Formats: sequence, C-alpha cells, structure tokens
Amino acid sequence: MKDKHIENKSRRHFLKVTTAVGGGMLIGINWLGCQLDSVPEEVAKAMPNEWYSFDAFIKIGDTGLVTIMSPNPEIGQNVKTSMPMIIAEELDVAWKDVIVEQAPLNTEWYTRQVAGGSQSIRQGWEALRKAGASVRKMLLDTAIKQWECQAIDCTIKDGVISHSDGRTLGYGALANEASKMDVPEEVELKDAKDFQIIGKSQSNVDMEGILKGEPLFGLDYKEEGMVYALAIRPPAFGQILESFEADEAKAVSGVEDVFQFGDKIAIIANSTYPAIKAQRLVKATWKQKDSAEDTAYHSKTLLEHLDKKAKEPRRVDGDVQQALKDADEVLERTFEAPFLPHACMEPMNFFADVNEKEIRMVGPIQTPQWTQQRIADLLERPVEQVTIQMTRMGGGFGRRLYGDFALEAAEISSKINKPVKLTFTREDDMLAGTYRPASAYKFRAGIKDGELTAYHLTEACFNGQMFGQMPSNFPCGAIANYRVDCHNIESNITTGAWRAPYANFLAYAEQAFLDELAEKMGKDPVQFRLDLLAKAKNTPVGEAHNYEVEKMEGVIKKAAELVGWDTAAPNQHLGFCAYYSHNTYVAEVAEVVMEDDNPKVSKITCVVDCGIVINPTGAKNQVVGGILDGLGHAMYSDFKFIDGQSQSSNYHQYRLIRMPDVPEVDVHFIESNNDPTGLGEPTLPPAGGAVANAIYSATRQRLYKQPFVKEMEVLG
Amino acid sequence: MPVYTLHVNGQEHQVDVDADTPMLWVLRDQLNLVGTKYGCGIAQCGACTIHMNGTAMRSCSLPISSVGDAKLTTIEGLSSDAKHPLQEAWREHDVPQCGYCQAGQLMSAASLLSNNKRPSDDEIDEAMNGNLCRCATYTRIKSAIKTASKNM
Repeated sequence: MKDKHIENKSRRHFLKVTTAVGGGMLIGINWLGCQLDSVPEEVAKAMPNEWYSFDAFIKIGDTGLVTIMSPNPEIGQNVKTSMPMIIAEELDVAWKDVIVEQAPLNTEWYTRQVAGGSQSIRQGWEALRKAGASVRKMLLDTAIKQWECQAIDCTIKDGVISHSDGRTLGYGALANEASKMDVPEEVELKDAKDFQIIGKSQSNVDMEGILKGEPLFGLDYKEEGMVYALAIRPPAFGQILESFEADEAKAVSGVEDVFQFGDKIAIIANSTYPAIKAQRLVKATWKQKDSAEDTAYHSKTLLEHLDKKAKEPRRVDGDVQQALKDADEVLERTFEAPFLPHACMEPMNFFADVNEKEIRMVGPIQTPQWTQQRIADLLERPVEQVTIQMTRMGGGFGRRLYGDFALEAAEISSKINKPVKLTFTREDDMLAGTYRPASAYKFRAGIKDGELTAYHLTEACFNGQMFGQMPSNFPCGAIANYRVDCHNIESNITTGAWRAPYANFLAYAEQAFLDELAEKMGKDPVQFRLDLLAKAKNTPVGEAHNYEVEKMEGVIKKAAELVGWDTAAPNQHLGFCAYYSHNTYVAEVAEVVMEDDNPKVSKITCVVDCGIVINPTGAKNQVVGGILDGLGHAMYSDFKFIDGQSQSSNYHQYRLIRMPDVPEVDVHFIESNNDPTGLGEPTLPPAGGAVANAIYSATRQRLYKQPFVKEMEVLG
Repeated sequence: MPVYTLHVNGQEHQVDVDADTPMLWVLRDQLNLVGTKYGCGIAQCGACTIHMNGTAMRSCSLPISSVGDAKLTTIEGLSSDAKHPLQEAWREHDVPQCGYCQAGQLMSAASLLSNNKRPSDDEIDEAMNGNLCRCATYTRIKSAIKTASKNM
C-alpha cells in the first residue's frame, strides 16, 4: 500500500511541475524561482541556462548541474545534507554537482515535513530513493530512445550515461527530453553494495554560509518595510493580564506602538533594541487566575502518585503484586527529574506578513504543516492562503514543534497590517517555554530463588505519559510478572516534547535501577542484561515486546568488548547502559576517574545500531552531540518554579554543558545493510545511566535525582 | 540621537542610534551584518563574539558609545576569502550541527590563536568556556582549533 502511495504521489508531482516548466506557470512556491546566483566553488559543472524539473525533489540544468530540494526542516540534525544524499545516490550523480535547497512547505509534493521523533531519514528513506531512481530511469530511457539501444548496453556514473560502443550522453544534454517523460510506475533501487554517496562522509551543505556568517537562520531574515516586535507574556503560569501602562515605553525612540493582544502585550519598533528597552519600561499588572505551582508541590505530587495503581495499566504480564509478595527480596527505588527548558541557542522568532491576499510566514519551525493549519484557524482564513518558508534553525530539541511564536507573529501582523518579525529575548524564551515535564519513576523488583520474578514500573508525570510502545521496552518480555502503571497529572505549566521525550529520563532511571538490581543479585551488570535478553528471546513473556533481542545484544556485546569490560582493572570505574529508542539501539559505557577525590567523567564509549549509516561524519556528530546533551542535562541542568514562575531567566541561572566539562567520546556503528533509522535523539537517553553507574563504581554512591550535582556537590 | 562613526571589517559606517545600543543590534539591524548572533544579551553564551582591536568581545554587552575609534571585526570580516586557518579547519572537521553559535566560536578561537599560537588543551578550554554550543559539538570545535593552531 505504502509503495503505491509513493508512486501515485510522484506522478502528481510530475504533472504539476511540468506544467510550471511548459507554461511558465508556477504552482506552489518558488520552485523554479529559487535559482542560485552563483555556483559554489567546489561544484564542477557550470551554472545552467535552463533548468528542467522532474519531480518535487529534482531539477537538472542543461550543464548537468543538479538541484535537489531537501524536504524536511533542518534543526542541526543534518537532514539537509543526508536526505539529498539519498536522492543523489539513486539518481547516480556526483555529489559535487549537486546544489541543495530547502524546500518550502508543500503538502501536495512532500510527505511528513516534520523534524521530530528522529524519523526524517527512517520515514523518508524509500520515497527519497524512489524519487532519485525514477528520474535516473527517465534519463536512461531517453538515452535508450536516442541511441535506439537496450538498457543492457548502457552504464551510468556521475551523471553520464555511457554506451558500450563508447558514446556518452550527460544528464544535462538529456534533461529537456527526459523531463517530458512519464514518471515510471516501478523502479529498481540499488543494492547497498553499489552505493557511491551513501556511507561516505559529506560536509554540511550549509558549511560555507555558516563560516561566512551569511543569513541562514530565522532571526537573520529581513524584508523591506518590516517592523520588529517583542511581546510581554504573563511572568508566571496561572496569571493573566489585568492592566498596563506604556507611556514611558512608547517614548523610547524607535518605538512605534505598544498594544494588548490576548493576554499579552506587543511592542512594535523600527529595530530590535528599542523594543527590548521598551519591554523593560512597560508597567504591567498581572492577576492570578489559576493555581501558582512550585517545585515543592511538583515533587510532592509526583511522589504521592507512585504508590497508586493506575486505573488502566499500560502493560500487565502475570501478577506482579503476588510475585512481589512471594519474593525473597524486594528492591524498590524512586527517581526524580525536574522540568527542563529547551534553551535553543537561537531564541524563538518568526516573520509574518498577513495581508488581504495571503499570509506569508518565514522562520524556524519543526512542524510547518501543523503550524500552517493553526494560523489559518487563528486568523479564520483559508489554509491555502498560508505559505511557510522554513529557515535553518538554531536548534530545536522539540521546542520548535510548538508554533506558538509563529501564531503570535501572525496575530501581531494581522493587527498592524504590516510585515513583522517577532523575536523572543532569552528571558522570554526561558520564561515562556514548553518544558520537558517533571516526572518521577518508581521501580519495584522481586527476587526469588536468585531469579528476577517481578518488575513493576510506576510513572508519574505532568501533562503526559510515556509514548505508545514504551511500556513494552526492555526488560519487558524477560520477566514473568511485569507491570507498568502511568499517572498523568495536570499542570498549568506548558509542557511538550523535549529531545527523546520520556526516554530522556526513563532510560537513566531504568538503567541505574538495573545496575543496582544486578549488584543485589550478585551478577555482572552486562551479563545480567544478556541473561534477561536470552530469556526474552527463548521464552518471551506476554504479548510481543518492542525491541529486537539480537540488535540489543549486538550493541551490548560490542560495547563491552571495546572497553574491555571483562578484564577491567578494579580501579577502572566503568558504568554500563543500553537503551532502545526511536528505532535505534545504543549502548554506552562511561568511565570515571577520581581527581582529588572527586569523580570526573573521562570517556564515553558508544555503540550504535541505526542500520545503514547515510553520512558518517554527520551521523557521528549527532551521536556525540546526543551523548553530551544527555550527559550535561543529567549532571548540571536544574529548573525550578516558585509561585508559577521559572527561577531561571537566562544562561547564568541555567547550567548547560561547556567545553571544559566534555569527556572523550568514542563512537562505533554496527555495520548493517538494514534500512536506516534516526540519530537525532537515541544516543541522549543512555548517557545519564552510563554516567550514574560509573560514578557509583567510583564512589559507591547511587544517584536517584537529576541533576546529579544536587546529589553530589563535588560534581559541580 | 547621536551619530557614531564605526570601523567595521575595514569599512567606515555612520550610525544614528541611542548611546546605550549594544553593538550586537547595531551590527545586525543597522549594518545588516547578521553573522553575529543574539543568544543571551548578558555575555553568558558567546554567540555575539566579535573582535575589538583584535580582542574577543561580547557585542551584546558593548554599547556603541564605548567603541570610539576602535577597529571592529565580525565573522563576515574574519578573512577576505573565508580561508582563515580556523575556517579551513572547521571544514576539515565538519564542525557545525545547527551552526548558530559557530560564528561566536570562531571569533573566540581566532582571538585565542592570535595571542597564543600553540594553546594547550586547558588553555583552549579556558578561552572557549564562555561559548555555549547547545548541540555540543565541543569535541570537534576543540579538534579544529588544534588543527588550525598547527597551520597558523
């Protein structure tokens, strides 16, 4: 079914785009209009006089230069390089002859233009390959027609088709004719062993722009006639605007207007700084409409729920209560984590031009399609009138899934009838976030006759509970009596996805608990995991579990081998962790050294099974970034509320990992020909567990709360 | 409002803004040099790092009135051909992830290497401690600084 869908879709793309070429009518948004003025230096082929469009992804110039549209939003996960690489591979062009451009939102042409869940590569893989292979076949069929020969007579390399008799035709010479052909219904895809581009490191396609400081990001976007806006939002959750006075703010030179919109205040100015100055001068009065929550309340409420059974448990195998009662020994441990802001380096911002004809939005957004619909709904306009151009994003981590900032920009533009760029200050960004919810986990394990017989996980979380299949993750399937209860507690603090939702804390809690459990049972932590996996494989309990035993075993064994787990010296302090999330298997081993009696993380070894690695340099960058992100937040990042107000307003009150904190990171990928899975998130969750277990090995102190610096001051 | 004469990347500019306007916003909004990034506004993240007479400064905390005749350099003027040894090393190590903080990282690193051609690991850590990278590409930033140091 899925294949057919893709094929039909390609056909529609083809028809639409060729209309644009033939008649000069442009359907959709700046497809043929987005030609570059100059060709990057390293591109070998000359800038064409004519471009020919094939499908939604590819246009080929008469010189053989190729433009590939990258469909998904780029937040630093490097899909703007890796997704076009997949197309170029099947198209059979040289990567140096490819120009990559960011596609606009176009729901007819592209599917799932989302940056989230580490799914761009996994879900895009087949469609991207077919897009490249279809155009390759159209070019080949055109050459065959011209030469009146058979496919068997032809070979293709780097955008040149060669006949066995020595004749050659470049893609540039064939593009015009080929672009008029029907898109093939069926195409053959390459065998992985024939890959020329996939699996070879390609530099970030925006490297030159980044190195030269070119305007790539939403905050850099400008238009003639645009004004600058800042907003003032309720300073605490549960508050609403009562009144405000803005005479002094309006007197700041450059400030054009200050007005209320909803429960917020907008400041309009001719540039950013006057708006920042005015923001500090507005005297607003807020009143408490709803409860004013604080961290003590959050902690107490979470812990209270951990001893309750959920009305509907998420998974039940056997009878965990009875098994705990019958157990010789029970181990019970509770883990707690705070709310966390995303703290993207580029603060939230968006450009909006709302006028009678159209609503033009430009900026950094992980969910352009959802945002487009919400803007149409908000302004009560047809969705067809809303266009969204995606800029490169200065980080996302989940925050830019929620287009609140784009909606605000649209609302402000519609009120002033001018194009506007809304910017959040860092304080706005920290105080009006969509935070990772605070959560707590309680684990209860029963041991009888030296065997693990019961495992009960209870989750308490604000505004959510662990996703879909997560209750069936490891060690589910290996234990006769197993149960997962989840409690979703409402909070008026806005919460949302934060890089590797739920897993970002659950992985640490679970893996630290398993380490302690192994110790209690007198087992080696690695062998303990392997024994459980063997049980899940040979005598699986209950309905299907959510992981492949062999892949999990694969990363565990490889990581143990790399660090010499079995032969480690007694004074070598290692901590082991393995976790499956976002369709990718990861094992991490942290090493801690004692410096002046204080533990310091010196090295993390990581083994990843993500199937085929598309772009090794980008993949490794993601893996290391995810590990250090997980390490930094587990160790240092704390976030508190008092009276509904965040107690961290800027980076001086919110600690992120910095260069001196960074250990050596050693990354290995399992060699695989399986379809690729994503890397934006899955290496983050295991980092906290690996580090907590290594710190225990070095200090004999278990860590039950994040950030660890609160539990063990010497870490700071 | 006073008119200020600025020397940025070898060019002279006249700017008419309030005296307390930080150079960050003068560069971005008035001079259209948007390579210098806004991250925190309180000199805690380093994204806005520029050079004032060759020394790294956080432009978010540098009011235009304090600049005087100083020669300012931004990422756009780090080199005329984007071939500063650090830019070359950044290519070699494929450093950026999201890329937003990278201009600030490069400007801090360039200031470090102009004062200390062969910095030790600890000296690199110390000089770069003020530059946040939320994607945490720190290991590549450090490797690239070492490569550039060898090629200076």
